[in-house]
Amino acid sequence: MSQPIDNLFGMHTGALALWQRRTEVLASNLANADTPGYLARDVDFRKALAAAGGNGAGNLPLAAPTQGQIDPVAQARDTLSYRVPTQPSMDGNTVDAQQEQAAFAANSVHYQASMAFITAQIRMLRTAITGGQG
Amino acid sequence: MSLFNVFNVAGSGMAAQSTRLNTVASNLANADSVASTRDAAYRAKEPLFAAIRNGLDGQPAEAGSEGVKVLGVTESPNAITSRYEPGNPLADTDGYVYQSNVNPVDELVNMISASRSYQNNVEVMNTARQLMQKTLDLGK
Repeated sequence: MSQPIDNLFGMHTGALALWQRRTEVLASNLANADTPGYLARDVDFRKALAAAGGNGAGNLPLAAPTQGQIDPVAQARDTLSYRVPTQPSMDGNTVDAQQEQAAFAANSVHYQASMAFITAQIRMLRTAITGGQG
Repeated sequence: MSLFNVFNVAGSGMAAQSTRLNTVASNLANADSVASTRDAAYRAKEPLFAAIRNGLDGQPAEAGSEGVKVLGVTESPNAITSRYEPGNPLADTDGYVYQSNVNPVDELVNMISASRSYQNNVEVMNTARQLMQKTLDLGK
């Protein structure tokens, strides 16, 4: 059922899911800014892209525990990387609040951009359906 | 809908920071309190944070989505100083009172850090809420 919708909006539904995921990861980093030993993480876009679009050789790698089933948790874990700390800290925490805030702000703009694309697509379809009357 | 998870994560962060703010308030309020024995003297308290490796609903947390929990409250091991105050009704037989080991400067720094972290979590929550609202309005 979701197939026509996916085709309609192209990569933007997948992108939206990725931005959502990244929002969650960055929120965790910010929430744990004072937790000793916490290691900041972020979505590795190279890996995420490879997971979504294949490895460039035309193969589409899908992590499937059983045939016909995709494990989103395993996939999500695979696309995460640890942030390289810019300066050492006494308690082993690698969260840099400024860096995380900047990433969070950029991420929400990306999210809104993806939504703008989808909205434009919907508007275009509506125009096509109503013939510009609605 | 992973944006809902952001509320849990940021909420746990806010709860943890408000615990920290509470201990700071308690420490500052007791900065000048005295006791008649060394054991009874007030010791500065500080919460110990840890990442929640298991989700709030008991399920294993998704990688990278970890809230904060307060493991417990530790007491400062710093030395308790005594003061010679024979007129104090709390003084022991030698005329000494024992004062708390709260360092007000430490506490103020802690307070600012806690309030900044709290604000960060509020901002995260606000942004997530706005994004969700916009997603709901999609196509309007």
